Amino acid sequence: MTDTPKLEWKGVKKRFDTAQVLDGLDLSVPAGRSLVIIGGSGQGKSVTIKVAMGLVRPDAGQVLVDGKDMIGMGGRARRELFSRIGVLFQGAALFDSLNVWENVAFRLINADGVPRKEAKDRAIQALARVRLGPEIANRFPSELSGGMQKRVGLARAVVANPEIIFFDEPTTGLDPITSAAINELIVDQVKDLGCTAVSITHDLASARTIGDEIAMLHGGKIVWRGPPSALDTSDNPYVRQFVDGRPDGPMSAAV
Amino acid sequence: MVAASGGVPAFFRPARVIGRSTLAALRMVGGVAVFAVRGVVACFTPRWFPIQLLRQLIAIGFFSLPVVGLTAVFTGAALALNIYTGGGRFNAEQVMPQIVALGITRELGPVLAALMLAGRVSAAIAAEIGAMRATEQIDAMRTLSTDPFRYLVAPRLTAAVLALPLLTAVADIIGVAGGWLVAVRILDFNPTVYVRNTVSFIQGWDIGSGLIKAAVFGFIVALMGCYHGYNAKGGARGVGRATTHAVVSSAILIFASDYLLTTLFTAA
Repeated sequence: MTDTPKLEWKGVKKRFDTAQVLDGLDLSVPAGRSLVIIGGSGQGKSVTIKVAMGLVRPDAGQVLVDGKDMIGMGGRARRELFSRIGVLFQGAALFDSLNVWENVAFRLINADGVPRKEAKDRAIQALARVRLGPEIANRFPSELSGGMQKRVGLARAVVANPEIIFFDEPTTGLDPITSAAINELIVDQVKDLGCTAVSITHDLASARTIGDEIAMLHGGKIVWRGPPSALDTSDNPYVRQFVDGRPDGPMSAAV
Repeated sequence: MVAASGGVPAFFRPARVIGRSTLAALRMVGGVAVFAVRGVVACFTPRWFPIQLLRQLIAIGFFSLPVVGLTAVFTGAALALNIYTGGGRFNAEQVMPQIVALGITRELGPVLAALMLAGRVSAAIAAEIGAMRATEQIDAMRTLSTDPFRYLVAPRLTAAVLALPLLTAVADIIGVAGGWLVAVRILDFNPTVYVRNTVSFIQGWDIGSGLIKAAVFGFIVALMGCYHGYNAKGGARGVGRATTHAVVSSAILIFASDYLLTTLFTAA
């Protein structure tokens, strides 16, 4: 095993109008590990992973995948990079006009050139991995519950066996039981694939379940990092306020 | 409304307001130009998505046939009545078939078909792509190694450029037929003579110039829908705004380009 992290943010800065969202962010994730980024609303968690997914261009800094800077990559190199990542979006972001199996097989059909018959078989296998039966393959996203949409989104994220998976608020808007089921599926998929995972969440129960490590983002920088077990014993004032859910402390409420 | 500096209402700073509006307009023109170039490049370079193109041809072309056909038949009929009445003032009623055919093929066929498409298709494109933007579907597409310009924009541009000339050809035929119907049923024209006069008078260029206009209008309609949808911001309200802007800007650009093309064609 090399010392090169699978994914690394180096001095990443990003400003939107007057707001400095990321202010020299340094963060790395070793291969095969699951990192969860927690933090208050508006602290740049989504921007952090969007920069790593190539959806937002930073003002300064580098994002390294296997030691190679992905900022400013050309079209082909970027497509190759995207072929190695999977993403579960907050609202699942399923394509309304396509049915479930076409959503799951989207990358296979449209980017990898896999024939539709084979792509459908692989999509149904991926749905089985997230405990969804073939009977839903021909349904449309609008016919599914929020939890089922998340599962379909997870199936779409893992169908091409990615090396890195991003989870954007995977349990937001779900009831505790469905959240627990989604967390369990995430842990299973990450373990089965042996991939590197980066998640962002407000949900501490989810963070404890799916993370090997937790990092706390505040003011555009990482202010704490440690194992899930250290969350409850840390004397970091940001962590304490966040874990205790107190409105008073170093972080002001974003309301 | 009060300006941030000095407490002077923005209304009393006309130079600043004009300057900002001009910059915003220039920014938009630049944005549309860059978007159009990216769209055209995506149309002519692989990878192509033929199934998407087929879906858009059906959505834009086939499903617009009823509205374009109805518009054409009523316009042709009304045009015939107006020309007959107006021509009667200087005993020129008999040239009505020729003028109806000329008006429909060179001007009204392409413009009305394009305006119908602006209302039906440009709005639908802006709403669909805007909703996809608001729900992160476009971001998802990029992370699935698929360029949204190739998957979403190029098939719509191509389909509109191909479909609108065909719709215009249909509108030409139905529009002339509308004129024929009024002439024969109400104005006592001989049906055979009406058709013979129309066919012998109309030249290929009359129809061809209308079809060229239609292709340009098709590009405008799809471009405005895609541009405003792709750049929609602010959730449902942003999608609504994108839809309105797509229809209004399509209509204005259709009329402006119609004048320019007509000038070009008549000069040539």
